[in-house]
Amino acid sequence: MGKLRLRQIPDQLKVIELIIQKRGPESGPLTQGSAYARARAEARRARATSPPPRDSRAHRRSLLPRSPAPRPRPSLEGLPEARTDAAMSELVPEPRPKPAVPMKPVSINSNLLGYIGIDTIIEQMRKKTMKTGFDFNIMVVGQSGLGKSTLVNTLFKSQVSRKASSWNREEKIPKTVEIKAIGHVIEEGGVKMKLTVIDTPGFGDQINNENCWEPIEKYINEQYEKFLKEEVNIARKKRIPDTRVHCCLYFISPTGHSLRPLDLEFMKHLSKVVNIIPVIAKADTMTLEEKSEFKQRVRKELEVNGIEFYPQKEFDEDLEDKTENDKIRESMPFAVVGSDKEYQVNGKRVLGRKTPWGIIEVENLNHCEFALLRDFVIRTHLQDLKEVTHNIHYETYRAKRLNDNGGLPPGEGLLGTVLPPVPATPCPTAE
Amino acid sequence: MSKQQPTQFINPETPGYVGFANLPNQVHRKSVKKGFEFTLMVVGESGLGKSTLINSLFLTDLYPERIIPGAAEKIERTVQIEASTVEIEERGVKLRLTVVDTPGYGDAINCRDCFKTIISYIDEQFERYLHDESGLNRRHIIDNRVHCCFYFISPFGHGLKPLDVAFMKAIHNKVNIVPVIAKADTLTLKERERLKKRILDEIEEHNIKIYHLPDAESDEDEDFKEQTRLLKASIPFSVVGSNQLIEAKGKKVRGRLYPWGVVEVENPEHNDFLKLRTMLITHMQDLQEVTQDLHYENFRSERLKRGGRKVENEDMNKDQILLEKEAELRRMQEMIARMQAQMQLQMQGGDADGGVHGHHV
Repeated sequence: MGKLRLRQIPDQLKVIELIIQKRGPESGPLTQGSAYARARAEARRARATSPPPRDSRAHRRSLLPRSPAPRPRPSLEGLPEARTDAAMSELVPEPRPKPAVPMKPVSINSNLLGYIGIDTIIEQMRKKTMKTGFDFNIMVVGQSGLGKSTLVNTLFKSQVSRKASSWNREEKIPKTVEIKAIGHVIEEGGVKMKLTVIDTPGFGDQINNENCWEPIEKYINEQYEKFLKEEVNIARKKRIPDTRVHCCLYFISPTGHSLRPLDLEFMKHLSKVVNIIPVIAKADTMTLEEKSEFKQRVRKELEVNGIEFYPQKEFDEDLEDKTENDKIRESMPFAVVGSDKEYQVNGKRVLGRKTPWGIIEVENLNHCEFALLRDFVIRTHLQDLKEVTHNIHYETYRAKRLNDNGGLPPGEGLLGTVLPPVPATPCPTAE
Repeated sequence: MSKQQPTQFINPETPGYVGFANLPNQVHRKSVKKGFEFTLMVVGESGLGKSTLINSLFLTDLYPERIIPGAAEKIERTVQIEASTVEIEERGVKLRLTVVDTPGYGDAINCRDCFKTIISYIDEQFERYLHDESGLNRRHIIDNRVHCCFYFISPFGHGLKPLDVAFMKAIHNKVNIVPVIAKADTLTLKERERLKKRILDEIEEHNIKIYHLPDAESDEDEDFKEQTRLLKASIPFSVVGSNQLIEAKGKKVRGRLYPWGVVEVENPEHNDFLKLRTMLITHMQDLQEVTQDLHYENFRSERLKRGGRKVENEDMNKDQILLEKEAELRRMQEMIARMQAQMQLQMQGGDADGGVHGHHV
């Protein structure tokens, strides 16, 4: 830790210089305030002219509690400094995490004013996360043949779907909705992610599809129940395995007209239980006008029916969240195309679909919105998905369960005795 | 003798020429004057491009003011039958085309009752024709029977859905089914081949009888034979419909404009639209014949077996039938009695020929 402090001193000196220059007659302690932030912004810009010594610095800087993805966001071109600026703008102005490696190694011998080193916690968190890895559970729901498995494979650039794991490629429609969960460990930039893809074959494929969402709802609630049981245990595990569904991608068939009654019913029932991200599948069926018309209709229908898809308006924490999420909500549902085949286009290898009339590039924003979906789910909102699941959906479930049980944990009582269903007087050891 | 009436068809070099080779021309002229009738039914889930395809096929706009209902309204709706008739004329030949649309099919969450409405409509048309045919005035029978049914299969699935199979099995004995893969621009060539093969396998597996193109006669020319062979090999047809004119390769074509290219509707490499149109036009007569000779006859024999005059007797109750039967019995008994009386009188008259004066029978 001492090493870190030393390296950050030159930055501090520069900032203090700037402040002293600017402040003039005003005097007062150097505190975190707008003057301080502005001065630091200036110092940053001054440094922007010289490139950083190692790319890893920029990477590490972009690691905030929100987005543990190591790669910087592709939407922002330009200097690594610019990237961090944007990352920073999401937070209320507070000190930037100090880089572990300074611009120019300098010898130090001055005393710092008021620097404690609290912001190094970011770095500590990052290290811990790298060690433990984290898990993410994504569920895909939709009629058979809408390209769910292909899309998941394309999202994570690996063969993670049920189709890849099963032996026979002959897809028979199952008679009832099945739930199949397949787990993989993906590693990137030293970060390990345990990804579980939960597939739901048989959804919406029968002649009578009444209540075909019930198995899915049951599965989701079962995962909450499992987590609750672990939480309520006396001897809890250090790290409770998280099998709760963090995100549910719902695939809308690109009819070009409107949602189907089944889509509405499913989303009505499940938007309160899990984060639903509606996605328009096989979007290469629609021309640009058809696409925008369809999206508008779908959004309107969802609104009229009171269906809140992720990112939900009610969970926007502050103005910045709101503006960012508003922009995303305006362009949802994303119209995507998935593919695991590569073709040569203009000298580059791209993922795409080759047809007699052209090649549809999956990552080309003019062709489809796959890149937007990927950035949204993986690069900016991955952690938020998990948090909303934990803080809101899981809490709702937990509150309901505890209420049903009379304010006591489900199943056994605290002393290991099975309590009667009627709310009894609390045990003496309870708070 | 027709030789006495000089017409332009007499060939003086063939003395045995009677001239009834002229008949087809007469038939042709009569039919052209009368015009043709054709009823086409389109069935498929919403949003598969049925209306667009019909408009493209017949170069008309059959649905000028169309309101597409939202999902919430669709929940309440049942399958409806909407028939729109349009008179098309081309080079003096009139075609009275009726397109029967089935909005609401496949929309509901529970589609068990989806096809009841459709089947009863088809039966109703047969019923009406049967009634007209058995009526007194048979001059102007309007043929509203469904001659052909285009069944639209979604390109997004991996083959036939359970609903597709159930529906086709329910109507394959009543109407000619032509399966069509809709929105074919979703599929790459390989996917298309795979899907077609899958569909054909499933059709065979479930013993669904789709309409089979008749083989070309042996005396037709090679081109026609080749064309028929190609058509047969492309079933089910994968089509793209559009009536928008797009500029492509310097000329205006009907197609769909995408950021990655233009799908041309009438390009046989892009989709089978031309094949479908050819099939429909060249085999329109055959479709009507099969409907008449096969499906209608099936229906008719089944109906007559069940006991003829059921057309108006839906309301008649059993008492009335009994009364009628009794009345008939009485009439027959009276007739028998009269005949007996006559015979007796004859016999008496024969015996008492000498004895009776003045009594004549």
